[in-house]
Amino acid sequence: MAGTPTGGPSSTSRTSFRDVEHLARVAALFLAAVVVFLTAQRLLVPKGFGTLGHYRPGALADNAGRPSAFAGRAACEQCHTDVADTKKKGKHAGVGCEACHGALAAHASDPAAAKPVRPDARTLCVRCHASLVGRPAAFPQIKPAEHVPEGASCLDCHVAHDPGMGGPK
Amino acid sequence: MSATDRREFLSRTGKYLLLTGTAAAALEHVLAGRAEAAPGYAEAAHWWGMAIDVEKCIGCGNCVRACKEENDVPREPYYFRTWVERYHVEDGELAHPQVDSPNGGYDGFPERYSAVAATGKTFFVPKLCNHCVDSPCEQVCPVGATFRSPDGVVMVDRKYCLGCRYCVQACPYGCRFIDPRTHVADKCDLCYHRITKGLTTACAEACPTGARQLVDLKDPKDPVHEFLRTRTIQVLKPQMATGPKVFYAGLDGSVR
Repeated sequence: MAGTPTGGPSSTSRTSFRDVEHLARVAALFLAAVVVFLTAQRLLVPKGFGTLGHYRPGALADNAGRPSAFAGRAACEQCHTDVADTKKKGKHAGVGCEACHGALAAHASDPAAAKPVRPDARTLCVRCHASLVGRPAAFPQIKPAEHVPEGASCLDCHVAHDPGMGGPK
Repeated sequence: MSATDRREFLSRTGKYLLLTGTAAAALEHVLAGRAEAAPGYAEAAHWWGMAIDVEKCIGCGNCVRACKEENDVPREPYYFRTWVERYHVEDGELAHPQVDSPNGGYDGFPERYSAVAATGKTFFVPKLCNHCVDSPCEQVCPVGATFRSPDGVVMVDRKYCLGCRYCVQACPYGCRFIDPRTHVADKCDLCYHRITKGLTTACAEACPTGARQLVDLKDPKDPVHEFLRTRTIQVLKPQMATGPKVFYAGLDGSVR
């Protein structure tokens, strides 16, 4: 008996035909994958991504559009011109309004709706002016226990907006 | 692949497929194109940074409080866009400074070093994102959710961030955190919502001594140019070649 055929023209052509079929299938799958990829990319990549860099340009406006808590001293000085004038002469000229009074954008946009609370001088002033090792030597510092009499307020002697020893006005 | 493995695989795939619905909804607003920028603001005309005069910092913590309020930063003591460090350096011990920053300076600094038996020196150093020109955080972000804007501000696209934390590890200055509420990265963006409207940052607004100033390096009238010319200027970790844009005057060599 002869063994299984190991060659011959008919067997070779069948094999090569099969290979072509395989290749066609792979190519079709590949094409389908490319189409799926391109569709997904089109759907998923945000508009404009890459126009300014490797990011979504809309993020700039997202971050720029957040609300503010601090109004800025220019906004305060539009109405409180008297305080601005007092401050201009004194040692607190460089101190922003909201450094002591806190964030007041709500008050700036609607003065009637959001009334600021007057800060408590004895807790506020010592935040900066209590003596503390590490504070620059030239910066005015006091020891609260020695400097301020029991029950007294800083404002008994100092004017917050012009803290030189002009006394209360 | 065993039968169990296949079942597991199918169930996991199924879950992911179900989740895509939610993801698609979340993506919808991200996919919207570029929203309108602040009117009248030209990004190309600015190059933002910050100038810090260490000798003016009194460690009051105003900047830390203002920043948290302005930018809705979680109040827990682990999350800061800016914070203040107290350095204590014994004479000549530049390599071994003692550094503390209780709650980032949010509540100010309790007295720790004696004024009477004072040895060495003590000073305060405000810190924040350095808005690096070659920022490592931007380079490692796999999705482009951290980027440097055309005006030089390194910021996070919080709608696009995956929360993978690469950037938190990459930042050599420790300026990033994952917001525990949104689980995405957050950091200082120099109050981008303020500076695009002509205001200064909240920290600079609240700083009583002017120790920190927002600067626009493209503005020829900005006082920063004189500051950079006339003072001895340092940046943090220059050896990292990150191109920091927070310029310190009067910075001690012990500061990391």
